[in-house]
Amino acid sequence: MGNRLGGWTGKLLRVDLSSGKSSVEAIPEDWRREYIGGRGLADRYLYEEMDPTVDALSPENKLIFATGPLTGTPVPCGARYMVVTKGALTGAITTSNSGGHWGPELKFAGYDLLILEGRAPKPSYLFVYDDVVEVRDASQYWGKGVFATEDGLREETGLPNLRISCIGPAGENLVRFACIMNDKHRAAGRSGVGAVMGSKNLKAIAVRGTGGVDVADPEAFMKSVWEMRAVMKDTPGKQAFGELGTAATIDMTNTYGGLPTRNFQQGQFEEYENLNGNAIKDNRLVANKACFACTIACGRVTKVPGESIEKFTVNTHPRNWKMAGEGPEYENAWSLGADCGVGDLDAVIMANWLCNDLGMDPISMGATLAAAMELYENDVLTADQVELPLKFGSGEALVRMTEATAYREGFGDELAEGSKRMGDKLGHPEVFMGSKGQEFPAYDPRGFQGMGVAYATCNRGACHLRAWTPGPETSGEMEPHTTEGKSEWVVQEQHRSTSHDATGICLFVGAAEAGLETFVPCTAAATGIPYTVDDFVKIGERTWNLERMWNLKAGLTKADDTLPKRLLEEPHSAGPSAGVTVKLDMMLPIYYKERGWDENGVPSTEKLAELGLASL
Amino acid sequence: MTKMLNIIPEKCTGCMQCELACSWVQTGTFAPSQSLIRVYVFDEEASYAPYTCLQCDEAWCMTACPVNAIAVDESGGAKVVMEELCVGCHLCTIACPFGTVFTLPKTAKASKCNLCGGDPACVTACPTDAIEFVEIDKAGDWFGPWADKVHGSYLEASANGGE
Repeated sequence: MGNRLGGWTGKLLRVDLSSGKSSVEAIPEDWRREYIGGRGLADRYLYEEMDPTVDALSPENKLIFATGPLTGTPVPCGARYMVVTKGALTGAITTSNSGGHWGPELKFAGYDLLILEGRAPKPSYLFVYDDVVEVRDASQYWGKGVFATEDGLREETGLPNLRISCIGPAGENLVRFACIMNDKHRAAGRSGVGAVMGSKNLKAIAVRGTGGVDVADPEAFMKSVWEMRAVMKDTPGKQAFGELGTAATIDMTNTYGGLPTRNFQQGQFEEYENLNGNAIKDNRLVANKACFACTIACGRVTKVPGESIEKFTVNTHPRNWKMAGEGPEYENAWSLGADCGVGDLDAVIMANWLCNDLGMDPISMGATLAAAMELYENDVLTADQVELPLKFGSGEALVRMTEATAYREGFGDELAEGSKRMGDKLGHPEVFMGSKGQEFPAYDPRGFQGMGVAYATCNRGACHLRAWTPGPETSGEMEPHTTEGKSEWVVQEQHRSTSHDATGICLFVGAAEAGLETFVPCTAAATGIPYTVDDFVKIGERTWNLERMWNLKAGLTKADDTLPKRLLEEPHSAGPSAGVTVKLDMMLPIYYKERGWDENGVPSTEKLAELGLASL
Repeated sequence: MTKMLNIIPEKCTGCMQCELACSWVQTGTFAPSQSLIRVYVFDEEASYAPYTCLQCDEAWCMTACPVNAIAVDESGGAKVVMEELCVGCHLCTIACPFGTVFTLPKTAKASKCNLCGGDPACVTACPTDAIEFVEIDKAGDWFGPWADKVHGSYLEASANGGE
């Protein structure tokens, strides 16, 4: 195969939404080698091209969609694209990942990356059909939900195979945790990437690609694909995710006292069995669904019966409730369920469905509502401030306030700012459960100590996908409540997951026991670059440091690498994690040291030079 | 008895591995738009139905071809396009009642499932065994009842005045 590179298309599409002009550029080969693709490559562009201090919702913020060299190939779960921008929720660099079919379609159209700049003068959508690129009027879709927008665009263009990535009303209304949805139910979910897209007056990106993805060494590539499929085939993780979805995890986290309940006031939820994988499967599952090239199929297609639908008030959706929707997966079953104390699966499914159609991150939605519920129960919020009682456990409040948040109606306008801004404004910053402005996901660090340092140090704010410590903390490899070895493990895992995210394959192949050792050979054969696992770890570290430098330039400091007082000082009073607090003051210095950063969390000159980042 | 593709839609998760495998074998690139097996997605029913050539006994594509460019593969019974004879007139694509004969955008010639010469790549690639290659006398057990149902609806509609 000689020196031919494959996997990548080698091209990026740049669109200036202000003028409607687009151009195609070659992606430098050395950047591809040094950052692989997806998250890494998009980070590099954002660092190079944008002042990190700009307002996230200003035209100066750039919005990058990035696939990896394995996106659109048969490598299991090669479906992913990454949205990289300055987060509307966090003000930090954000890297928000999604599956479905949109990312592969962008590759088939001939582009690895899409860089959006400026702000369209009026509501618009971007149409991409191979090399035809047009910014078109979207006024007829503005205000519409995700599902109607997708259907409408296919009808308007007469292209049933169009793949669409779009925002819902939440993105238009600049809800701080609005997400970008694709293929109706898949989300680039976190940090408010949808608000950034909304601030650009961009409703949707509709893509059709008739080209293909070529690989450098076809024989070695197909061999590596089949080896990876063999590794994954009969693993318990693959079986569980396929049969029960990711909500199968609830049993485990609840057992360890690590399932945050009622805004992290408890670590176990008494009604967890109403929300777990079995409950969904036995009561509401229609089918499981795969993203592109996925051999696991963790997606849950669920349906709620008519009598449940009528129990809850939804003003804007009298229609379509009989339609099958997707979810909940683990995070959403937790955020909309346990964290709000809601044990009614139908309420959770409906809130999840609303989040999908209206385009909001269900993690931040549920977590922000949970914080408001705590304020309501403590009489900080009074009945005249809210349209219905925000009591923990209220499915009615959950469903209605989800809708009200997307449209910024009534108290929904406060919820739409996220729990950090809401708590600050109401004079109760302590109810915010998150870091760097972003709400925590579904693991209580008092049950899984390592998650404390993972949350505090994640570049995009609290996140479970960069270093998932409950794995080793429940396998016997490490003790769940102590700090020993946690910082070191988190650093290594952050490197590995970061390069994983650069390839374009889903992190969940890890649940099916396929780690870097399994898919680095796929990447090498696809690209023609003889990557090793060590190369990947180094690339992950380079990317992590690049993101850190970006954040420091944006104005973040050591003070942002922190956790709420509740986790640091207030242990649970009962359950398996009773008495445990998060010892961040012990873990953080070790983390910095392990990274070669100074005591203020600034990467040393030597470290940057070692990673080829001396010019930063 | 010949070996045929038997598709079990209930097992399909919509992952498109069959489309990837087909386009790879047929065109040497991973391009679902050029696959000869297509997964139709019924969004609202959460149902996914891969469909491809049924290798009809009386193949209309074959009958329609003005230059006899579609022939029966003696070994497996597949109807195959002889690319060097095809003139790209598209008649076969119109004649096929199932819409499973395609034209390749680059060459404008007809392209249809040839059962990969007896070892269909889509069968191997499918992670859920939704596509089987089995000896049957027609296109799968699911097809008969389904055809009866469609025929029944047709008769009913005819009885109601063709609406």
